[in-house]
Formats: sequence, C-alpha cells, structure tokens
Amino acid sequence: MTTTTADKITPIIGMEIHVELDTATKMFCRCRNRFGDPPNTNVCPVCLGLPGALPVMNRQAVEFSMKAGLALGCTVSAFSKWDRKSYYYPDLPKNYQISQYDLPLNVGGAIEVPLADGQVKRVGIIRAHLEEDAGKNLHDDPTSTKVDLNRAGTPLLEIVSQPDMHSAEEAGAYGRAMQRLVRWLSVSQANMQMGHMRFEPNINLHIEREGALYKTPIVEVKNLNSFRSLERCVEFEIQRQYAQWRQDPNYTLEKLGKENRGFDDVTGKTVFQREKEEAHDYRYFPDPDLMPVVVDEAWSGRIAAQIGELPLPRRARYMQQYALSFKEADALTQDAPSGNLLDEAVAAGATAKRVTNLLLGRIAATANERGCCLAEVGITAGQLAELAKMMDAGTVSASAADRVLVEMIEKGGEPLTTAKALNLLAVTDTAQLEAWVDQAITANPEIVAQIRAGDKKADKARGFLMGQIMKLSAGKAPPAQAKAMLERKLIG
Amino acid sequence: MTAPREMSALALRDAIAAGQVSAAEATRAYLDAIERQDGAIRAYTQVFADRAMERAAQIDAARAAGKPLGPLGGVPVSIKDNMCTAWGKTTCASKILENFHAPYTATAVQKLEAAGAVILGKTNMDEFAMGSSTENSALQKTANPWDLARVPGGSSGGAAAGVSARLCAAALGSDTGGSIRQPAALCGCVGLKPTYGRVSRYGLVAFASSLDQIGPLARNVPDAALMLSAIAGHDGHDSTSADTPVADYAATVERPVEGLRVGLVKEFISDQLNGEIRAAVEKAAKCLTDAGATLVEISLPHSRIDVGADGTLSSYAVACYYIVATAEASSNLARYDGAHYGHRTPKTVGDIIELYSQSRAEGFGDEVKRRIMLGTYALSSGYYDAHYLKALKVRRLIAEDFRAAFGQVDVLLGPTSPEVAFRAGAKTADPLTMYLSDIYTISVNLAGIPAISLPVGLNSTGLPLAVQLLAGIFEEEKLLRAARMVERGLGSQELVPPAGREEK
Ligand SMILES: [Zn+2]
Repeated sequence: MTTTTADKITPIIGMEIHVELDTATKMFCRCRNRFGDPPNTNVCPVCLGLPGALPVMNRQAVEFSMKAGLALGCTVSAFSKWDRKSYYYPDLPKNYQISQYDLPLNVGGAIEVPLADGQVKRVGIIRAHLEEDAGKNLHDDPTSTKVDLNRAGTPLLEIVSQPDMHSAEEAGAYGRAMQRLVRWLSVSQANMQMGHMRFEPNINLHIEREGALYKTPIVEVKNLNSFRSLERCVEFEIQRQYAQWRQDPNYTLEKLGKENRGFDDVTGKTVFQREKEEAHDYRYFPDPDLMPVVVDEAWSGRIAAQIGELPLPRRARYMQQYALSFKEADALTQDAPSGNLLDEAVAAGATAKRVTNLLLGRIAATANERGCCLAEVGITAGQLAELAKMMDAGTVSASAADRVLVEMIEKGGEPLTTAKALNLLAVTDTAQLEAWVDQAITANPEIVAQIRAGDKKADKARGFLMGQIMKLSAGKAPPAQAKAMLERKLIG
Repeated sequence: MTAPREMSALALRDAIAAGQVSAAEATRAYLDAIERQDGAIRAYTQVFADRAMERAAQIDAARAAGKPLGPLGGVPVSIKDNMCTAWGKTTCASKILENFHAPYTATAVQKLEAAGAVILGKTNMDEFAMGSSTENSALQKTANPWDLARVPGGSSGGAAAGVSARLCAAALGSDTGGSIRQPAALCGCVGLKPTYGRVSRYGLVAFASSLDQIGPLARNVPDAALMLSAIAGHDGHDSTSADTPVADYAATVERPVEGLRVGLVKEFISDQLNGEIRAAVEKAAKCLTDAGATLVEISLPHSRIDVGADGTLSSYAVACYYIVATAEASSNLARYDGAHYGHRTPKTVGDIIELYSQSRAEGFGDEVKRRIMLGTYALSSGYYDAHYLKALKVRRLIAEDFRAAFGQVDVLLGPTSPEVAFRAGAKTADPLTMYLSDIYTISVNLAGIPAISLPVGLNSTGLPLAVQLLAGIFEEEKLLRAARMVERGLGSQELVPPAGREEK
C-alpha cells in the first residue's frame, strides 16, 4: 500500500457469516429445505406468511447450531429466545424475520484459523445465533419482480466475529476455516455457488501519525458470496479508506460512525449506500408465537459428544502419529469422512503411509475430477486396508494396485477378486519366478558383468534387470522376492 | 316435539343421535331462519348453505350406517370470520382480506367438524377483532337481537347475535381483551374465554398473539362445556398450545363444586358501577351462596379502576393491554402489504413502498390503522423501554394478583361489561370510551386465565345483564361447574330475544 512513511496503518476487520444449515426441513415449518426446485414448490402457509399460520421450531436446526457453537468453543445459553425483526421487503412474506436479538443461542468462543505460512490465527467469536432466511427476488423481467419463496424459512446460523482480523488474507482464511468447520460437522454443505455461505465484513483502519491515533469509519459490506469477492473487497476498502482519510481529515469514525457500502464484483470497487432512516429501527420484540429455547446440560452434553476431533487437532495428530507431511495431513483433514477413511484403514491393520498414498493418489485424482470429497469416491476403509495389505505382502505390485483401484472405482468389487479377475495377482510360483530371472540374466550378459564388476553403474544395472523381470512377468513378479532371487543368482 | 332451533346443542345432539330429528332437518331449519331473519340482524358474513347440507347428509348417512356421530353430531354452528377455512373466504371483516381464500383450515375448526358439528357460515366481527361493538366491520353492521338499534358488542358480535337470535346452536368466537365475553353479555348468551394455550390458535388470524384465544359462545353453560371439549387440546402446529389433559367438561358440568370459595373482586364492585349491573352481580353471588358457596372479598390492586376528577375511568390493565396488543398487532398485520395476497391498490404506483402504503391505506379501516400506529410507536427504539417493556412488567403484576387470589378462592365473580348494550354510533366518535367497554375483561387476557360470561336476566329496559366468573390457569372444569351453579340458581331460564322467537 502507498503510505506516507510516517503513517502506521492497522486494518481492523470483523465479520458476520451467514451459514445455511443442511437440515431436512425448514426452520419453522415442515417444508423441504431444498433450494433449486421450481419456484414456490417447497412452501406452505407458514413460510408463505399466510394469515393464521404459526411457526414451530425445528429441533434439528437448534442442534446443528449448538454443534457449531460448541465446536467454536461457545457457551450454549441455557435460555435463549426468538425475536421479530421488522422490515418491509417482498422476499420477506411476514415483513418480519424471526431471529434472536438479545439472547442468542451461542455466546463467546474462538476459531483457530490456519494461515498460508503455516501459522495459526485465533479469531474470537462474539455470538452465533439462529434465524430464518428470506426468499429470493427474481429480477428477470424489467417491468416486475417475481419472488421465489422456496428459500424463505431456511435455517440460517449467523456467526459474528470479534474484529480480530488485520488483512484481506486473514479475512479469507477465516472464511475458509469456517467453511471447513461447518462441513466437518456436517451442519452445512457450505457450497459458495449455492449461496450456502454469505460474508458481511466490517472494516476500518487505525492510523498512527505523529503519536496520534486516527480511526476511519467502520464500513459494512453485505452479501459477499465468494472468497475472492471477500478478499478483493477487504483489500479495496483498506486502500480506499486510507486514500479518503488522507484527502479528508474529517473521514473518521468519530465524525461519521458507520457506513454501508456495496461491493461490485465487476469493477472490484465498493460504492456508498444510503440507507433510509427508518430502516435502522427493526423494532425487535420477543416473538409471542414461540416458546424460549431452554437447553439443559444433558442436551448440550449429547450434542457435544457428537462433535469428536476437530480439523486442526486431527491434522497435528496425523503428522505426529502417522508421520505424515504437513501437506498430506492438511489434505486429509479437509473434511471429516476422508480422514476417517485413513483412521479406519489403519485400525484394520494397514500402514498409514500406504493408505495415505492410495488416498492422495488415484482416489484424490478421481475426487478432483468429480468435484467431491475423498470419501465420496466410494472406496471403503476396509477395501483400502485390504489393498494396502496386499501391497505390503507383495500380493500386488504398486502399478497393479493402481489398476485394481481404477477398476474398483469404476465398477465396484473387492481388491482381491478384482486383482484376480484382471490377472494382476503376483506370481508366487518359484519355478516361474526363477524362469523370468534366468531369462533376464541370460539376455543381458554385459549388464550382469557390470554388476559383478561392482562398478559405478552397478545400482542402475540392478534396476534395469528388475525392470526386465517385471516386464517379462507383466507386472506379476512379486518385487521383493524377485530382487532376492536375482541377488542370489548374481552372487552365485 | 320441540323444534330443532328451540333445543340446546346438547339436546339437539341427543335428538339427532336418537333419530328424533335428522341433521338435515336441523340444518335446514337454521338455514331457513338465517334466510328469514339475518337480513335484519346481519350476524353472518357468509353462509355455506350447500356445504352445510352436504355435511348434514353425511351425518345422517353415518347414523343410518350405525356409526358414532361424535359429541356434536349434526349440531349446526357458526364460526367467526377470522378462522381460516379451506372453503369460502376468510375476511376478518376487512377490505384487505375481503376476497381472501385460505388454502387451509384452522385446527379448532377441523376439530369442530371432526366432532360432528355442521358449520353454517362465518360471522361478522370488528375488523381484525379490533373493537367492542362490531361497528368496525368493513363489511356490514350487526344489530343486537334485543334491540336492533343497539350494538351486539364485539368483536365477536356476529357470533353473539347469531347464538342469541337462534341462528345457530352455538358458535366459535375469539377473545383478545373480552371479544367473546362482552358481546355474550350484551346479547344475553354464554361466552367462554379458555386459558391461553387451551385451544390451538393455528388458523386463527392473529390480532395479538399472546392474548388471542378461541372459545365458544352458547345458549347455556353445558353447551359451552360441550363445545370447549371438542376444540381444546394440544396442537403440533401451535407452539403455545398446552400439552395439558383435556377433561370431558360436558360430563362434569352438572356437578356442583363442593365448598366453593368465591371471591368478589373489590376493585370491580365500586360505587361507579352501574346499579343494575351491580345488582346482577349480587344476584349471581346469592345463587352461589344458596348452593353452598362461601363469599370472600378479594383485592386485585393492579386491576383497579381509577376515576378522574371529570369522572373518566382509567385502569392499568387497559393501558397495559393497549400497548401489548397494539405492539403485537403492528407486527402481525405487517404481512398485509398488497404484494403477496389480499387487497392490492388498483392505482399505478411508482415503487414497492408506494404499493405497500397505498394498499394498506385502502385496505385497513381507521381503528386498525390507529392500533398499528400505536403499536409501531410502542416498539420504536427509544420508546420500547418506556412503553412495551413497562407494559410487560405491569402484565406480570396483574398476573401475580390473580395467582395470589386463586390461592384463597376457587373462582372470582364480577361484572363482564360496565354497561348493557349501547346504541349504534354512540361511541364511534370516541375510541377511548369504546376501549373502556373491556375494562373488566382485559386483565383476564393479560393473565392468561379462563373466564366465562353468563346472563343473569334483563334490566328495566329489557336488555340482558351479565356477570363474569374467573378461574385459575387450566381450571375450566371448575369454572364451568361454578357457572352452572349460577345458571341453576337463576332457574335455567334461557333468554330469547324477540328476534329469536319462532313465529307461531
Ligand atoms: Zn413451509
């Protein structure tokens, strides 16, 4: 950034993240919680806001929120309640949104955010409360607006962070860590394209000049729905606020307070948004249609027991217990089910290294093609363990194992039967093995001479002979056994 | 044999079950009476004649097949026009919902039909149940069957006039601040507001969610008990409906309460109370003491009524009510915006805000607008603490008074309305005077307790007089039995207005 040398600038960034929860039904009715169906098909009197309809709390949504809250180290409130937030908008059929105002479900907490340089940044969580989402306005016709209420009433977890972030990179990393966590907990699909996560950063600068501290107005930007937009928006604001403050000494928090700006993805710039005065008064009051949420220790304890190991502790464990590299451990802790495959295969007697290679090789490549996670490729932990053990025992070579895996991914089937069917099992018949070894020796007298002479090229020559044996056997010679036999014959 | 319209709901139910009269005959008798007499009374906003006859035929077919008919088998009833039905319209007597067809049926209405009742039609009311005379209906004015120049009370004025004029055997109304009891008192029938949560509110178009409750209007206490048993109970669609067992109120109503302790509410029996109404309360008290009850004077300090230097009345309860109820109403009625359903302005509008304001300006009547504005103000930032929060505190104090009282007595006795039916138009110019019509009924809704209004005779000019009995939370059974003790003491003589008498 362009600064005059005397200025020390600290960006102060906090964030609200809206996460759509992946519950079976909506927050206050029994409609299917699914977006993308033909407009206004997953609707009922409740989410249409018809006269006389009443909300009934979805317990699963509360439990998903508790799960996320507990994983963030929040305190689950023993008593929280529902409030109505009033504003008029066509996608909000009741013209009020059911939310939680002064007594949210989760309070306090923090998340460990891994940064690109391997450092971990701790970001405080102020609160995480539950509310209902609005519908969607469709502006596909210039003369009218159509409203799709399929999304109306979707459970939304709003996570409010402390202003603990100081750069666009940290803001992006925080968003990614939150995405990994909610996916890890299976409480949200957290698919950015589907709008499952939306970011609202608030940004200002603390500028130190000649011993004095200046603060720029806190800028809130709503509805960013990609990591790239988030990072570009924060970066732009940091630059813009500093430039504006240098131009206008009255551009300060004291003078202007907060302001709302919108981010334009095309230009990469934010633009000032004037809000109507009355829009600030949401006239919150307790929703008389709903009972308060009372959570006893038994209930929160049951949810806490479902959480299990979180991504960062698991990554550390993989590096320590399985001696995996940071990169390997990180790749296997993007979501819980993929890592579970490794743990379960190891528990079934396979070596961690072998399973990791299988997972991050052919399986990762397939997952990447399909755009799914490792576990969704369809290979089970039991199958992984069996294949890994076959490799250890020399029953299949590495190249044969890969072909077996490809076949299993495409057509299903168990490792041993697949290897048999493909005629890829290593040959354990000693006479056959001896014939291949002898043939390789006989056909390459100069190579054999080099080895026996023990010159510099001996290692390379051994490798060449092994290659010949594998070629003659079409990959079915068990490598360890063939190597031992070759050595015996070369000495003898 | 007695004509179907002369029979109580209970008697008619038994007569149909015994085959002495068919459901079709009973329904036809009521439909004919509506045809003949409702032009003058205008209790109904809609009559579902064909549907009612079909339902009656189904009941008769069920009887012919030897099937049970249900506790209200074949009994023709009416429902207030703020209960959603998947047939007909649900108007709330408002222009904004004048042509609204609900796609679903309210739980209480479903239960009523499941019990075998035949729904004749929907009754008139003050728009969105806001009012005490039914004069705030945007659709029509309803007359009091005792004197067509007078109001039936409100907001369930159509229901009370219909029951009183024998245009239905019983009715469902709704009570937010007295909307069942006050019109029952003014029309000379029985009106019961159950405990908050006793009856599901699902499908009842909300006015003030924490106060609204559906309840029966009937010719006598046993009929009210029968209706309550049919509609009460937990509903998975209403989080505020209670999961408390429902008694068979009709089965126990004839059993007097032994050693009944009755509290006379000191604050309600002041010198300002109309002499005839005071006498009515004393008459009811005597019925109870004659039946073995003991009388105690009870004080409800936070329900007291103050008299200003100029003679105007005021009460904490009324003040508290008009903050809580209007705050909730301002939010509940926000959905009527012309964008999704209901009245949309036919005028060309510049933007969505103009569509909202123009549609609402055209669709809502003055009283509804007044209350939306009051409630919006009470919830506004900077006023919330001084108004809404303070009202909630007063509400708790009022409820505490009742809790303490029901530690000492079984039921409380007092007037229902400060006066008998007044002339149409007498109070329309002064909303505050109109608000005072509910001065004795409002604290019951704030406390969530059940209460019943029952007629005790006529005043000197031939208009019905009534008293109110109140009981603790979920004490409907005791309340109904005590009310029946008064009714018996009076001689069980039903009051039939000139407009309700069968012409010979
Ligand atoms: Zn729905």
